[in-house]
Amino acid sequence: MDEILDYPELRAAACPFAPPPGYAELRERAAVTRVRMWDGSTPFLVTGYHEARTVLGDSRFSADGTHKAMPRFVKFEVPAETFNLGRMDDPEHARIRRMLTAHFTIRRTEAMRPMVQEIVDDLLDRLIAEGPPADLVADFAFPLPSRVIGELLGVSGPGFAEFQRISKGVMDFTASAEEMGAALGGMVDYVTGLCAAKRDDPGDDVLSRLIVDQELTGELTPQQVVATALVLLLAGHETTANMIALSTVLLLRHPDQLARLRADPGLMANAVEELLRYITIVQEGTGRVAIEDVEVGGVLIPAGEGVIINLPSANWDAHFADAHELDVSRANAREHVAFGFGVHQCLGQTLARVELQIALETLLRRLPALRLDVPFGELPFLYESMNYGVARVPVTW
Amino acid sequence: MKVSVEEDKCCGAGHCVLAAPEVFDQREADGIVILLDPSPPLALRDKVAEASFLCPAAAIMVED
Ligand code: HEM
Ligand code: SF4
Repeated sequence: MDEILDYPELRAAACPFAPPPGYAELRERAAVTRVRMWDGSTPFLVTGYHEARTVLGDSRFSADGTHKAMPRFVKFEVPAETFNLGRMDDPEHARIRRMLTAHFTIRRTEAMRPMVQEIVDDLLDRLIAEGPPADLVADFAFPLPSRVIGELLGVSGPGFAEFQRISKGVMDFTASAEEMGAALGGMVDYVTGLCAAKRDDPGDDVLSRLIVDQELTGELTPQQVVATALVLLLAGHETTANMIALSTVLLLRHPDQLARLRADPGLMANAVEELLRYITIVQEGTGRVAIEDVEVGGVLIPAGEGVIINLPSANWDAHFADAHELDVSRANAREHVAFGFGVHQCLGQTLARVELQIALETLLRRLPALRLDVPFGELPFLYESMNYGVARVPVTW
Repeated sequence: MKVSVEEDKCCGAGHCVLAAPEVFDQREADGIVILLDPSPPLALRDKVAEASFLCPAAAIMVED
């Protein structure tokens, strides 16, 4: 038996967009293998594409966050209030997910394009009015999803500044585990207050609908409404923001691909799939527990064992020819698992796609001379964060 | 080509609608798949096969 590898391996500064380099070899040799985590536990690590789809698509693997074998990615206690549909199994998961899917259908999301475009244009108007240089992360990538989610949950207007202040605290990359835990507690209080306000004076936003249609009818407890509002706030903010910032940097590093996109904006939808595949920001946190013995990729995962699915590695599997090449017209790009797979596959993926398409298209069009204002090697990539990102991207144009 | 869907499995991700809008739609009320055409023309085979492959919930079955 091989020696057990330590988990996680981080991405390498030599190639900050690639998955952890050791996983390339591991994927070939042992796409399902045991690793040792910081707390001494030894769950299985899945690095292959087909194996990842198998585990995520099989109901014999549970996503229940209260399971004692669930891999523990963070070193602080996660407040129980924040346990949401992502950490539940069917049928309870499906019941709650179906209350939300109506708001994220292809048709509904397409109808949000003008709203997203307006926010993107407003942010770029300000950027251009102030003139270069700017920080693409603070001035563009983060405010966009935060305003979109604000619209969705009905927190525009005067409450919005407070909302943004609190979201910032939860996503402070430099905070310690305790500070993060405390910030998350503050977020729970904020959202609880927001729900109370909506109960008194409902609007036509997603949160008011949940309260009127589900809470007041007894289908959801008030605590479940808070947990659901929280997941909508958190799951779609940092992820989308990091994708916008990293995608821009990656494209600037590939002038040939950038030129193709500028020449033919019709490539944008597929380019976004390729960027999602290539970067795969959700690098940690995808965990499951086997509730029966299951064989995956020739390896028996016994009942009661934890499993970690490494999405970045799965998306660089040989299923994608020359996976290390960025190709905005890659034919099977959309088969990536950057949004996961199975019944927990990202609820907000259609919205994320719309935001990414509009943000990148508009940015490239309105700032044709966009370039980094620091050497690439000085960009502060967030190697250790659950969702991969970059803390600052100084740009000029 | 025969296509069937299992509504109970569907998680409303909408890949099918993007891949083959001629064959699939989503219910307005809860985003669950609607099968518009259970025996689509062969010309749509690749699109339907892709929808079935992309469907995260294995809710789309295709028979030749
Ligand atoms: C580029 C941006 C995004 C990425 C890469 C992303 C990625 C993911 C991934 C990988 C999962 C599955 C986790 C697992 O299986 O354990 C997931 C779940 C989820 N995401 Fe996203 N996400 C993004 C944006 C969004 C947005 C904009 C929203 C909502 C407004 C959202 C809401 C959710 C929710 C609610 C879940 C849990 C779904 C369930 O368990 O049924 N995400 N996301
Ligand atoms: S792709 Fe599958 S899960 Fe998604 S809407 Fe279509 S049938 Fe449902």
